Amino acid sequence: MIFLLQKTLIFTIPLLIVALAGVFAERSGIINIALDGIMIFGAFVGALGALLLRGNPFFVDHNQLTFILAMLIAAAAGGLFSLLLSFSAIKLKADQTIGGTALNMLAPAIALFIIKVFFSKDMLEMQMAPDSTGKMTDFGFVILNDDLGPVGSVFFDKAYISTFICVALFVVLSILIYKTKTGHHLRACGEHPHAAASVGINVNRMRYLGTTVSGCLAGLGGYVYIATVANGTASGAVAGMGFLALAIMIFGNWKPLGIALGSLLFGFLKCLGVIYSQISIPINGQDVYFLRDLDLPMYFYNLIPYVAVLVVLAFTSKRSRAPKAEGIPYDKSARESR
Amino acid sequence: MKTADKKNTAVSVKADKTWISSVVASIICILGGLLVGFIILILLAVFDQDIPISEAFTGVVTVLGGPFSAGNTNDILFQLGNMLFMSAPLIMTGLSVAISFKTGLFNIGAPGQYLMGAMGALLVALSIPTDVVPSWIVWILALLTGTVLGALWGMIPGFFKARFNVNEVIVCIMTNWIAANVVSWVFKATGDNFINYAETKVNFIRKTASNGVATATFGLDKVFGGSYMDISIFLVSIVAVILYVVLNKTTFGYELKASGFNKNASKYAGMNEKRNIILSMAIAGGLAAAGAALWCLNGSQDFKWDTYMTLPADGFNGIPAALLASNNPIGVIFASVFLKYIAVGGSNLAAQTSFNEYVSPLIVAVIIYFSGISKLLRDFLVKKLEPRMFDRDSKDRKRRPGRKVPIAAQNSGEGGEEK
Repeated sequence: MIFLLQKTLIFTIPLLIVALAGVFAERSGIINIALDGIMIFGAFVGALGALLLRGNPFFVDHNQLTFILAMLIAAAAGGLFSLLLSFSAIKLKADQTIGGTALNMLAPAIALFIIKVFFSKDMLEMQMAPDSTGKMTDFGFVILNDDLGPVGSVFFDKAYISTFICVALFVVLSILIYKTKTGHHLRACGEHPHAAASVGINVNRMRYLGTTVSGCLAGLGGYVYIATVANGTASGAVAGMGFLALAIMIFGNWKPLGIALGSLLFGFLKCLGVIYSQISIPINGQDVYFLRDLDLPMYFYNLIPYVAVLVVLAFTSKRSRAPKAEGIPYDKSARESR
Repeated sequence: MKTADKKNTAVSVKADKTWISSVVASIICILGGLLVGFIILILLAVFDQDIPISEAFTGVVTVLGGPFSAGNTNDILFQLGNMLFMSAPLIMTGLSVAISFKTGLFNIGAPGQYLMGAMGALLVALSIPTDVVPSWIVWILALLTGTVLGALWGMIPGFFKARFNVNEVIVCIMTNWIAANVVSWVFKATGDNFINYAETKVNFIRKTASNGVATATFGLDKVFGGSYMDISIFLVSIVAVILYVVLNKTTFGYELKASGFNKNASKYAGMNEKRNIILSMAIAGGLAAAGAALWCLNGSQDFKWDTYMTLPADGFNGIPAALLASNNPIGVIFASVFLKYIAVGGSNLAAQTSFNEYVSPLIVAVIIYFSGISKLLRDFLVKKLEPRMFDRDSKDRKRRPGRKVPIAAQNSGEGGEEK
């Protein structure tokens, strides 16, 4: 059970942070369907950064520092990459779905192209590198590896530093978007850009801000995903996590709390599907693997999270509400049509 | 320049103006994408001592040549045949995405519908013994089963949208992964009859040709150097034309587009917008599934059944195909063939030069990026061309100096790309 919760936490974190990335873009009025692409790009650049840093023994000694630096690199890369989207959506008033789709195609193309050119491979793996004493060390990020009792184990045993950073980021940014002036302005631009402009808010700047924050978070999430879930291997894909995060964002009704609940639920069910055969409850002193003993194919467990999301949506959709102005390019001279 | 000539011959109807502008805008996007690809090749050649600069030029010619850069005639025909065969499913998923866009929906669920179509077609094509039922009947039954299954699968997002007002994007994404698991599950459960043990390919389903079911080729496969070529490309082209007529010349098509353009207005005008949403998604699902069915029924294709971790690329590539064609069904044919053409060029590039095949998706992605602004470009071109049409009447048409406009527009377009 502890193992399941640990896995859930690890799997949930990238979903959580990337879904929040979606909120920042869409709340400012830009549809960010490129989350998947930005994740791929961030993951690739982050992995590349970590690989290069580890050429220096100092960074091999300080794995956690390398991890944090790689996360920063990934976030910066994601932010820069998302400028392609915001530039086309804001400056050129292009269709945001098309721009996002283009980024989704561009990211794996760039990543695979560069990996192939410089490494003659189709994926970028974290290799062992010599530390300052010359010992070959692998790229492990786990902070502690101890039994800390039921509660402690879930959060700290085999935990990654990214988990804490991402949770902290999530809380801070959620407060930011709801409780600060900039946050209010940003959300206003996603609802009534003309009303926002009439009180002196620079709509385009807010939208650039929203999309760039979104890009940073998605890039970060992408790197966290490959570093924690995908064994540090960057290839031209993140297993559709970006699209899942998009779905979680809609599921969570474009609100941080909803997203947190949604990604926890989804992450839990998803992990259940992966490790159901290892889950046991002690009955009369014996471990009973009740899910494995049901003898259902693993596909059944794989289906559960997706079906669960659909069922929940069917019941809760009445209060679902997308930001009003999302997807509509802001035109100062146009009249608001809705 | 070529397009300018074309324009002069085709300006008999006013509507043609917008059409020409669309084509010009698309061509500008494509040129922009190629330019970026070219720049990347040059940069690579500059920074890599092993690659001479001249190879960048060879490279861009190779990509542009598509199957024609294969070398000898037989290889060219072979690659051309495969390209046309591979285009067929892509055209279908492109049409699927396009028709949903026309109804104001984003069908990102084409991969799932594609998988359902493949499953339906394979199950039927491999279970009905062809010594009892004629193989062409089995072929039709398989295609129909796949299509119907995909249509039903496509109805799910439509139903959720119409009944519960759930965003279709999220339902499509969920149904994609559900489909991937369902297909794996079904083949896992019924495996022994369908998995290709005979050729010891345990990850794949038997080829339908093993049951004597295969799409008619009329000798086309021989003509095209023994490739997979069959008549599917012609079948899907007919489907595209039918779809074009339905969308533009029938009440039903008008209703679909009206629902997409303004849901409330179409409701006010007495259209059943919920029915239209479900129908549109069902058609979209059927199209994507039929594309998959045609691919499987070729008879010589390996379908990977244990697909629960991956979704078919052709499902997602329908999105760029539709976008590149501005959702015009006829345009989807050309856009899809073009995408496959560039992809073949990319694999030739990898085989013949020191560059790798990922240049192709890079170029395509940049083209899609530019196609986002193609509407802007198109409107700009139309604006440039329109006034003449209203100022002077039809008698002045011959004197219209339209030639300069596309050139100017081209320049301005390329100026934008440099940023």
